[in-house]
Amino acid sequence: MNIEKLKSAHKLLSEYKYELGKLEKGYTNRTLYINVSDNTIKEKSVTQLMKDKFIGGKGFGLYYLWNAVTPETKWNDPENEIVIGSGPIGGITQYPGAGKSLVCSLSPLTGMPMDSNVGGYFGPLLKFSGFDALELQGKADKDVIIFIDGNKGTITIEEAPEEAADSHVLGEQLTEMYAENEEDKRNISVVSAGSAANHAYMGLLNFTFYDVRRKQIRLKQAGRGGIGTVFRDKHIKALVVRFAGVKGNLNNPDDQGKINRTGIKLHKEIHDYDAQQCKMRQVGTANIIEVMDQYDLLPTHNYKFGSHLDTFKISSKVFTGMITQNTPDGCWYGCSLSCAKAVDHFELKTGPYKGQKVIVDGPEYENAAGLGSNCGIFDPHAVLELNFYCDTYAIDTISYGTTTAFVMECYENGIINKEITGGLELHFGNADASLEMLHQMSRGEGFGRLVGLGIRNLKRIFAEQYGADPVFLNDIGMEQKGLEFSEYMPKESLAQQGGYGLTNKGPQHDEAWLIFMDMVNNQIPTFEDKAEALHYFPMFRTWFGLNGLCKLPWNDIVPAGNKHTDEPAKIPEHVQNYVDIFNGVTGNNIDKEQLIVQSERVYNFQRIFNIRMGFGKRIHDAIPYRAMGPVTVEEYLSRAERYDGQLKELVGFNPEGKTTEEKIAAMRAYREDQYQKLTDAVYKRRGWTMDGVPTIEHLKSIGMDLPEVLEVVKKHL
Amino acid sequence: MIKLNNRDFEWEEGLTVQELLNKKSYTYPKLIIKINNVLVSSEEYVSTIIRDGDDVKVIHLLAGG
Repeated sequence: MNIEKLKSAHKLLSEYKYELGKLEKGYTNRTLYINVSDNTIKEKSVTQLMKDKFIGGKGFGLYYLWNAVTPETKWNDPENEIVIGSGPIGGITQYPGAGKSLVCSLSPLTGMPMDSNVGGYFGPLLKFSGFDALELQGKADKDVIIFIDGNKGTITIEEAPEEAADSHVLGEQLTEMYAENEEDKRNISVVSAGSAANHAYMGLLNFTFYDVRRKQIRLKQAGRGGIGTVFRDKHIKALVVRFAGVKGNLNNPDDQGKINRTGIKLHKEIHDYDAQQCKMRQVGTANIIEVMDQYDLLPTHNYKFGSHLDTFKISSKVFTGMITQNTPDGCWYGCSLSCAKAVDHFELKTGPYKGQKVIVDGPEYENAAGLGSNCGIFDPHAVLELNFYCDTYAIDTISYGTTTAFVMECYENGIINKEITGGLELHFGNADASLEMLHQMSRGEGFGRLVGLGIRNLKRIFAEQYGADPVFLNDIGMEQKGLEFSEYMPKESLAQQGGYGLTNKGPQHDEAWLIFMDMVNNQIPTFEDKAEALHYFPMFRTWFGLNGLCKLPWNDIVPAGNKHTDEPAKIPEHVQNYVDIFNGVTGNNIDKEQLIVQSERVYNFQRIFNIRMGFGKRIHDAIPYRAMGPVTVEEYLSRAERYDGQLKELVGFNPEGKTTEEKIAAMRAYREDQYQKLTDAVYKRRGWTMDGVPTIEHLKSIGMDLPEVLEVVKKHL
Repeated sequence: MIKLNNRDFEWEEGLTVQELLNKKSYTYPKLIIKINNVLVSSEEYVSTIIRDGDDVKVIHLLAGG
């Protein structure tokens, strides 16, 4: 790696000097705006209104994005922005999971605002460098790198023609280039997208942190919704931030002692209970692979089924044996949950890096389920190789896995064939074909390039060009709002169907994951119960994204006394922890109810932003029938006893003597009606009309009655 | 017959909590189990007998990624 040669090819386009600031109660009180069309760099003040109504993180991102675009703006227009921010709590080192960055942009897949959260050091280092958020706007002529030196107070935009495209190489090059010495590498974080983001709509952003034990960069992903594609469309090759001097009090919190005490309590719980509970420190989120299979929730063969006889081959035990153990794998300082696992010295068998030994960041549960079981692939090496290439090429593993599962089902049904796929035999289970398709995506060639456009576009193309039945494609294509479903089987949980469907950005489980509360525990039996859960949990989880926090320390570790509480699913002690650290940092005095209202403001703002962009109504909250019940005879027969029983007990339909098609039709009518009734109940609970529009009364009651927001809403009431 | 999470479930003589978990393939580790609203600790799963007509709750604390 000849760093000097790479650097000597850089051409300085713009340089900006700024006064180093000091944080005050979690905020720097300014943000950074960069336009890569004309190389403008400027500072903006954070207003009290922003802090009161939007808090930070995703809230700031959506606020700036709203002000940057019009209802006509498309994802690849120069005025579209990428906004990256942490949040007032972001960067503290005393409480686990406090290093998240939130990224917002108009999505190539959905046309609406997308938000995605990611670990790695960029968000906190940006904040310690002096900025609560970074807005990126415009479109450069040639590839540029933006470098923020948070110790010197300089920002540069540099043309950068020669660096590598793929993130695992580019991240190393830029860490080496911008660190002043080996010791300084830990103070660098790089944001980049890889080669496939030049072609696919499902491109992601990789955020690095330097792993001082491995002496290598690690990659964490802002995966959902194609923000990496926007990044490359702007011809941004990378963002680099450097800040030396991270320590525990840089947020200048109001009450350091309160934060310290709250953190110590959680560290002790993790130390005492993680090994018996989730084993996050051993295997990360992959701990639930076989759990999902045992409860018939692991998507297999494009969500046809929820379990498979071969799941043991990709179980958490298998990956535990491959993941390097006993390393403190936190993606930000002080996170003792340490779920950012990695497989070291992994030898690649395919692609441009074939034969090289690399570090694979993962596998996360979503990767094992999406790249593995959902595509009928039960080879752990193949899962890891797909995981690695998705990351470095900058492809969202969830969208890739769900889209590949869809095209595999289309292939097996004869909707597409070898002629159309250019020779790829896309049967379920064909890992080699999936890998080759991914390499094509990186090169922008062949069928892989097409698949990179995502399921919504593929449905249209398969119907228009290959005569496919659009009704069947809509039934089996697991996307909603243009975004591919994440990797949980929602068929037997009406609440989770709502958890996927009644969301702002599309079917991602980070708003609500209610399958066990609903399907197994039967704790929310009525529509009103489900609606209450689909109010509380999305609002509670939204709050993490306003503050730069990770969701996992909330409920992937549970205190000993939790079982004695009135609402154990909420983990009340941890909710109080969050209230305490928010108040401890900001000096405010909120309680757990006000925490929810903070989220409600931003949640409703995002809903109205969707409406402003031409979406966000009831029609857009419909979900494909594959998410609700059996589409095909094969699916019905695989769980015939369950479905026959439900027809008798729930639907009042006697299945005896009926054909499977008749039974499928009766089940479908029932389940689709249930989803509509759930939608009614949820809209009512959220203070929305039956078309899904927030009412003016509700907006006033939560304090989100800004004039520009009401102006949009009034047109739709 | 017993109630398991408010649904009917076939009871048999001598049914223990652990056997119930095995029958239902309830393998997830973070469980709260109550019989007639009385907590059963994990050390007692093997020895606790469920009686006909009992109201059993097996609450899984799993809320996804």
